[in-house]
Amino acid sequence: MTVRVQQDRFDLGAEVQGFAQGCNTSGAVVNFTGIVRNTPDGDLDRMEIEHYPGMTQSALAEIEAKAVKRWSLKGSLIIHRYGILRPGDMIMMVATAAPHRVDAFESAQYLMDYLKSRAPFWKKEFTTDGHQWVEAKDADEAALTRW
Amino acid sequence: MIDVLYFAWVRERVGLPREQVETSAATVADLVEELKARQERYAAAFADVSALRVAVDQELCAFDTPLAGVREVAFFPPMTGG
Repeated sequence: MTVRVQQDRFDLGAEVQGFAQGCNTSGAVVNFTGIVRNTPDGDLDRMEIEHYPGMTQSALAEIEAKAVKRWSLKGSLIIHRYGILRPGDMIMMVATAAPHRVDAFESAQYLMDYLKSRAPFWKKEFTTDGHQWVEAKDADEAALTRW
Repeated sequence: MIDVLYFAWVRERVGLPREQVETSAATVADLVEELKARQERYAAAFADVSALRVAVDQELCAFDTPLAGVREVAFFPPMTGG
């Protein structure tokens, strides 16, 4: 069970490889990666991600602990970046390991749903026209009701 | 004394990331009213509290949460992680 909040890039391949190797009682590993999406016009210069140091780590650990318990996970990993990111950069990843794939898929979705609206991160987009805070979507909040 | 923190556009509107506030407010909502009465920039940041979230001692809470014994209150817009 690992949570990392960092400014630095991470190596997705190495992270997933290391995670999977450490989980030999699991038959299934699922991973999800979030990437900085450019605008339809392709004019995104950068995204700045702000977070609440102190609360971020504990909020993520709490979300993770609930998933581990509910799906009896053998392992889980959350990496989330902050700071200045460019289009195409990886923002974050989650990985889950379970004996069978349904639990690995479901728990990864659960982690993502809670991470979206319960982890203290805020994104600001800078385009050639100006800048704006990314607004939370009603659909993200609604997604939590299925759990 | 309570440490009050602001994030994202709340921080931008208030004009600072954190400050220490001497207050006798009983609840978060009372603290918000005190801050709004201070200056226009606070009134602008807290104009619509339904657009805001609050964490008390780093736990998400409701605006009627009591402040007795609390060290840190943070105000911010809905979170956009992931």
